[in-house]
Amino acid sequence: MANESEKMYTGDNIVQREMRMTNGTRNDSIVRGFALSSVFWLLIGLVIGLWLAAEMVYPSLNLAPWLAFGRLRVVHTNGLVYGFTLAGIFACSFYMLEKLTRTPLAFPGLAKAQLWLFNIAIALAALSLFAGMNTSKEYAELEWPLDIVVVVLWVMFAVNVMGTLVKRREKQMYVSLWFLVACVVTVAVVYILNNLAIPVSLTKSYSVYAGVNDANVQWWFGHNAVASVFTFPILAMFYYFLPKSTGLPIYSHRLSIIAFWSLVFGYLWTGAHHLMLTPVPEWIQTVALAFSLFLIAPSWASVVNGFYTMNGNWDKMKSNYLVKFFILGITFYGLQTIQGPTQAIRALSAHLHYTEYIPGHVHMGTMGWVTMIITASMYFMMAKISGREVHSVKLANIHFWLILVGQLLFTVTLWIAGIVQGAMWKAVNPDGSLKYTFLDSVAAMYPFWTVRLVGGLLYFAGIAVFAYNLYMTSRPKPGTKWSAAAAARSQAA
Amino acid sequence: MNVNSLYEKPVLFALAAVVVISVGTLVTTFIPLFLPSTQPVSPLFTPYTAVETEGRDIYIREGCNNCHTQTVRPLRAEVARYGDYSRAEESAWDRPFLWGSRRTGPDLARVGGKYPDAWHYRHMANPQAMFGKSNMPAYAWLAKAKLDTSLTARKVKVLGFGYDEAEVARQLAAFRRTVTAPTWPSAQERSRVTPAALRGELTELDALVAYLQKLGRDLMAAQRAAAGPGTAEAAEKKNPYAGNRTAGEEGEKIFEENCKVCHGEKGAGGFGPKLATTKHKFGGTDADLFTTVSGGRPGGMPSFLQPLGKDRIWKVITYIRRLESESR
Repeated sequence: MANESEKMYTGDNIVQREMRMTNGTRNDSIVRGFALSSVFWLLIGLVIGLWLAAEMVYPSLNLAPWLAFGRLRVVHTNGLVYGFTLAGIFACSFYMLEKLTRTPLAFPGLAKAQLWLFNIAIALAALSLFAGMNTSKEYAELEWPLDIVVVVLWVMFAVNVMGTLVKRREKQMYVSLWFLVACVVTVAVVYILNNLAIPVSLTKSYSVYAGVNDANVQWWFGHNAVASVFTFPILAMFYYFLPKSTGLPIYSHRLSIIAFWSLVFGYLWTGAHHLMLTPVPEWIQTVALAFSLFLIAPSWASVVNGFYTMNGNWDKMKSNYLVKFFILGITFYGLQTIQGPTQAIRALSAHLHYTEYIPGHVHMGTMGWVTMIITASMYFMMAKISGREVHSVKLANIHFWLILVGQLLFTVTLWIAGIVQGAMWKAVNPDGSLKYTFLDSVAAMYPFWTVRLVGGLLYFAGIAVFAYNLYMTSRPKPGTKWSAAAAARSQAA
Repeated sequence: MNVNSLYEKPVLFALAAVVVISVGTLVTTFIPLFLPSTQPVSPLFTPYTAVETEGRDIYIREGCNNCHTQTVRPLRAEVARYGDYSRAEESAWDRPFLWGSRRTGPDLARVGGKYPDAWHYRHMANPQAMFGKSNMPAYAWLAKAKLDTSLTARKVKVLGFGYDEAEVARQLAAFRRTVTAPTWPSAQERSRVTPAALRGELTELDALVAYLQKLGRDLMAAQRAAAGPGTAEAAEKKNPYAGNRTAGEEGEKIFEENCKVCHGEKGAGGFGPKLATTKHKFGGTDADLFTTVSGGRPGGMPSFLQPLGKDRIWKVITYIRRLESESR
């Protein structure tokens, strides 16, 4: 038994062993390139988000066809999912891969090509969506030529991930690497299967699935895109960067094993909770509901693991500027994974689905969990690869409070708005007639939408501070070991 | 085999992950692809015409599905607001499906035939002119864009709608003749929003309106046919509020919210007929007016029985009687 438990805890040894390694990775420029690309697309995506929030209140801002809400919303979601989040995942993955395998990337040239192709693809994606070339399937709006580019990019990434893992010098794979592999595999499967379409021209295609099946496949994809982009790799970052920035090993390796497999197993069953009370067969809805509730357990296993890691060291929340990002981030992940499953319950879905409650829910996950973890990971990583401390801890703290307050103002307002909206939609008079017209329910939303816009502005201010702080941190410090090493390396090459 | 060895073999680990994600995928997504319940077909629901297909693609291009759903849930208030709940058969021809996920605007699954075409032309051109509190973007520019039909035949073929290129051309020509005829009921409103150069052509707005008018129509036609004639509320013959002043004032408010958009300020007329008159299009007795408002009439008068209820309908009729007397 002693032997087994020792083996179970080797995950911590990997992180500790890795801690003794020198700063930086072999491919700092690629990591930096993806990190700065990520921040660039984050800023663009948020500006578009602000414009959309303003359009809700002032419809005259729909100034041109390409600025109309229907087109712009798609640029916002795709820009942030594929531009910001994927680039952030690529940056952190390459960094973690090198560190946790104690091996340089298997194919650095491929990674560099991936960086260029990625930015070209995102720019083309934005332009094509502005132009109205979209398939209408949420988060899978890109038309088929760009779908092919996305698949190529993913294969490039997968080759580096698997290649580096095969070549690795560290015997065991740490939990972050499992989540990375799960991300690679799941994105590949759901993206390809949901985007199967028959082209009629270069910019137009029709889904191979029809009606109910198209809906069912789409939300199987939609939900697992969330799992494999907003959950698996972000958990990978959490499991790596929290121990790294605190020096504390993850509380339980055994718990992370159970959490990993049950999370990865359970997620794929839940897509139809986006289709409650629609014509999708009822049993598929009910299975989705059951597995949605089941998912609370593995999700909270990670939350518990995070909190217990801090056990006895909570003073670090104050002394270490990064810890609060990770702990608040995992807290929002915990709230998100309680709120999501409750929304799947039919009675609550009946009230909340299609209302502002849903964007409220999504934005707690993205603005609270995903962005908190990615931005904190980037501070840590960028300081390491540029051989200096973060440019300003004070600015990082300002960034933290602005995005925290901005996000809470945004999401809590939308939850209340959604509850009000749902109540107005279903309010009936004693004779069974409707109490409110649809327009009454729109008019009731304007105060909420205005507050949401204010929340968004605060949040954007926080991200602007982050972008500046990260950029200043990313400049190589003259006269340090890092810049000398970098110079030597570039001379050798 | 040591359990931990899985974490030492990346390729095996990746394969294990594939197996684990495949179980739920197979059960909830792959197997259902082949079940009858996910692909029911009914002859009651017809594929889209060539023009409607183009309109649907404009709906997709403009991302209308980001604010409008197209699925009515089997919930009491929802059926009262929009119409009967959505059936699987209705989406059989939909590639992609357009059920949506958010109702910033109302559901559109039952909008077909609810309003006259003229209503849509005016609304799309400037929603705020009709509903001051609306936040819908204006789509006036769709009327200024000629409809591109170069791919229509290929689209219809890929979608398997079962008619050929000649039929596509025939449909497009026939539709163009219809909407460009000066005698077309919505001709005046169409000409108002369409630039002179395009009045004789098909515009993108023409196609979009045609598509909207298709939504839910097959189901409603089937239900009308099944129900047969003469199912209107026969029992309601006499206005319980006749001459009641407060009821008339309440009726005025209901009128402002629900009727004014079509019937004009103080019932002066608009898309809908003038109401400040004693000569009503479908008869002027209490029973006639109640039947018209509760059950709707062909040509764009929606049914208000479900959303308003009998009580409020009688109050509106009380207000209409006041308009009649003021018009004398």
